[in-house]
Amino acid sequence: MPPILELHGITKRFPGVLANDHIDLTLNESEILALLGENGAGKSTLMNVLYGLYQPDEGEISVKGNKIKVHSPNDAIAAGVGMVHQHFMLVPVLTVTENVMLGVESLVGGVFLDRKSAAARIRQISKQYGLEADPEAYIKDLPVGIQQRVEIIKLLYRNANILILDEPTAVLTPQEADELFKIMRSLAAQGKSIIFITHKLKEVLAVADRINVLRLGKVVGAADPKTATETQLASMMVGRSVELTVHKEKAKPGEVILQVKDLRVLDDRENLVVDGVALDVRSGEVVGVAGVQGNGQTELVEALTGLRSVLSGHIHINSHETTHASPRQVVELGVAHVPEDRQRDGLVLSYPVADNMVLNTYYLPPFARGVVIQQPEVEKAAGERVHQFDVRTPGISTSAGSLSGGNQQKVIVAREFSRPIKLLIAAQPTRGLDVGSIEYIHGRIVEKRDAGCAVLLVSTELDEILALADRVAVMYRGRVVAVVDRASVTKEYLGLLMAGVSPDQIAKPERGEEVKAVF
Amino acid sequence: MFTAFLVGSIIIILTDLAVLDAFKNFFGAPGAALSAAWKAITTAYGSLFEGSLGSPARMIAALQSGDSEAIGDAFYPIGESLVAATPYIFAGLSVAVGFRCGLFNIGAEGQLFIGAICSVWVGFTFKGLPAIVHIPLALVAGAAGGALWAFVPAILKAKAGAHEVINTIMMNYVAFRLSEWLLNGPLKRPESANPVSPFIEQSAELPRFFPDPIRFHMGFFIALGVAAFIYWFLFKTTLGFEIRTVGANANAAKYAGMNITRNLIIAMCLSGALAGLAGANEVLGVNHNLANAFSAGYGFDSIALALLGKSHPLGVVLAALLFGTLRSGSTRMQNVAQIPVDIISVIQALVIAFIAAPAIIRALYRLKAAGEGEGAVFTRGWGK
Repeated sequence: MPPILELHGITKRFPGVLANDHIDLTLNESEILALLGENGAGKSTLMNVLYGLYQPDEGEISVKGNKIKVHSPNDAIAAGVGMVHQHFMLVPVLTVTENVMLGVESLVGGVFLDRKSAAARIRQISKQYGLEADPEAYIKDLPVGIQQRVEIIKLLYRNANILILDEPTAVLTPQEADELFKIMRSLAAQGKSIIFITHKLKEVLAVADRINVLRLGKVVGAADPKTATETQLASMMVGRSVELTVHKEKAKPGEVILQVKDLRVLDDRENLVVDGVALDVRSGEVVGVAGVQGNGQTELVEALTGLRSVLSGHIHINSHETTHASPRQVVELGVAHVPEDRQRDGLVLSYPVADNMVLNTYYLPPFARGVVIQQPEVEKAAGERVHQFDVRTPGISTSAGSLSGGNQQKVIVAREFSRPIKLLIAAQPTRGLDVGSIEYIHGRIVEKRDAGCAVLLVSTELDEILALADRVAVMYRGRVVAVVDRASVTKEYLGLLMAGVSPDQIAKPERGEEVKAVF
Repeated sequence: MFTAFLVGSIIIILTDLAVLDAFKNFFGAPGAALSAAWKAITTAYGSLFEGSLGSPARMIAALQSGDSEAIGDAFYPIGESLVAATPYIFAGLSVAVGFRCGLFNIGAEGQLFIGAICSVWVGFTFKGLPAIVHIPLALVAGAAGGALWAFVPAILKAKAGAHEVINTIMMNYVAFRLSEWLLNGPLKRPESANPVSPFIEQSAELPRFFPDPIRFHMGFFIALGVAAFIYWFLFKTTLGFEIRTVGANANAAKYAGMNITRNLIIAMCLSGALAGLAGANEVLGVNHNLANAFSAGYGFDSIALALLGKSHPLGVVLAALLFGTLRSGSTRMQNVAQIPVDIISVIQALVIAFIAAPAIIRALYRLKAAGEGEGAVFTRGWGK
């Protein structure tokens, strides 16, 4: 029997970039194939070719041994290929049924939507594959994990046999991701074939039957998840050996740089989301703020950097009171801020890399003389920083929006780290980045610490906190529930604190197993 | 743009009765129908361009004859086109500056009226000033008037969050009625029965370079100078960088320590000042007095014009030249070819529509491949 899907010699060129270079790929029936690669390795381009969004320059696609031409997503769907995009294509104000029917509406009497039979089919699909979703519910009321199921149901409703999932776990909580993996296995067991695009190594090992690794537009290797290790895969992805653990010396804390006392902050809806936080960060140490997303970390960082007004309490940076300081005053005290949402706050995507490199220093010499911007100086500095921080960009006049996520983050890091700084506030510095970029950014943060900078690291990734922090502050519902020494805690212990269990109730590490039930 | 003219010619055919008559007999005499259509189009566009750019044959003949009156006649059309383009440049820059800061200034028309009122007042009130003082004074008054008019919606937006689109529209009505009242009352020319202002002093008139009837005046060069200044301001200064950043991503601007409120107010006032200059230019350079219907909707056309010029000063100048040419040629098109001026509005609209919707053009000419590259560098851009 021929494989259900074969890609042969797929080549796609963009101006100046060879995005896919003679890629061969085989997908068998009932198989989960993981496509692993860094951002910009060509995974998404390849899938867009398969889905008819791009036309390949060379190569052919066969489904069940028959060559097909895919000119548009409609051709792909007709051939049984369906794709779940990273950003969902759902209409929030419509119900699950209506969203699923969209484009393939069945009608009663030629005029009215036949919601009833569609809903019945959705229920049947839900049951068959374990995709629980209420057909009557409105999309806007559903959590992200369920919305993703609706996307999958949409494909099954259109009789897709080959499902492409593009970075499906990027938007999910760990629990939701586990649910998704169960669903994927159930789909595969019932004859569906899945291409799973990701750059997360753990997930690949957990769920895939076979692994193909892409690098710089080429398939650089295949691996068997039963025998492969994370380190092996990471090296294949990046093309050199990668340190998954951060090496650092013991911290040598100096004087207090950031001092927060009894800080209270409101969010946009006037809820008290930072409720009496007290925190010290000393020079030469990394203090990690751990917590589940939405426990006030975002607002805390905004308050510290002057972006959000403070209700009460005090902030001192380098022994200056900055409680009501403007963002510029905070920056001028030597604070670097790597913002949580790099595209919203950290960059102007339509600007060239060079302008983004001086986004908060454009008015200072040598970049400006009086009111006139000194373009040659800006370009010189940008060129140096691109080189020094290894930003992969065609040039400094390329717009920031056309860079990959990892390189966008490097632009921000390059900008913030190139100033003389005393305090670094990094919020989710590696969110959505690939292994190579994470390694790089972690290394730079430790370097700053060792150079005597105080670092406040806010992250929802516990692994990141454990890898970098010297002390850990756990935030829960707007309060810092505990500040502990990194060396004396386990991941489980921090997990419990993050879930709201008070420190006194967690007696000893040996009770770890009982404790797991709380999750 | 070619497409716009093409579609425009179809409309000309459809609106020309003689051609339609010929088409009724299409199967009997297809040649007659087609030649009638062709004739209608060529007369229309021929007279349009003759009206806006002048006839090359006449220019050469006039230059050879050496007769100054003939030369004046031959070059009159092109001069008129530049005269018509001048307020478009100012007003287009006005809207473009607003766009750059993320502001939609629909109030250019009102700011233009206020600018005209202020400069006409300065123009006829001060007597005995030398031109070198009087002209700049009148221009500055016009700019200040426009800026003041824009400051109101700007401060309302900055302090109260009121949307500038609503408030600039409202300020337009205030400006229109205010100018009507002034022209019927305090600013009325005593010896006239119509609501017009007194003539400005000669010392306030923008100098003209040729004998009448060529009205081509210094305002055109001032407009080019201002366009160059705006380019420098937006792209070479720190303040321009801030304004553009606020427009491109206000969150990032805040993150970078820029004062958003201040930049919004500055951009809006600058936009108003430019619109005010458009008004000042018209009264000081062309009309020499203020009558109620002096603006032919420059402030509104300039919104389309700024879009056409991609909010870039150079683009605005080019778009303004196009608009000015179309407008000044349309009169002749009406006289010679009996084609209504409205066709010009249709062509303007088509030009904008085709530029605003490049996809249509691409589909028409099968240029699909060119567009693909744009999204290419976005590794996942299409998913959004």
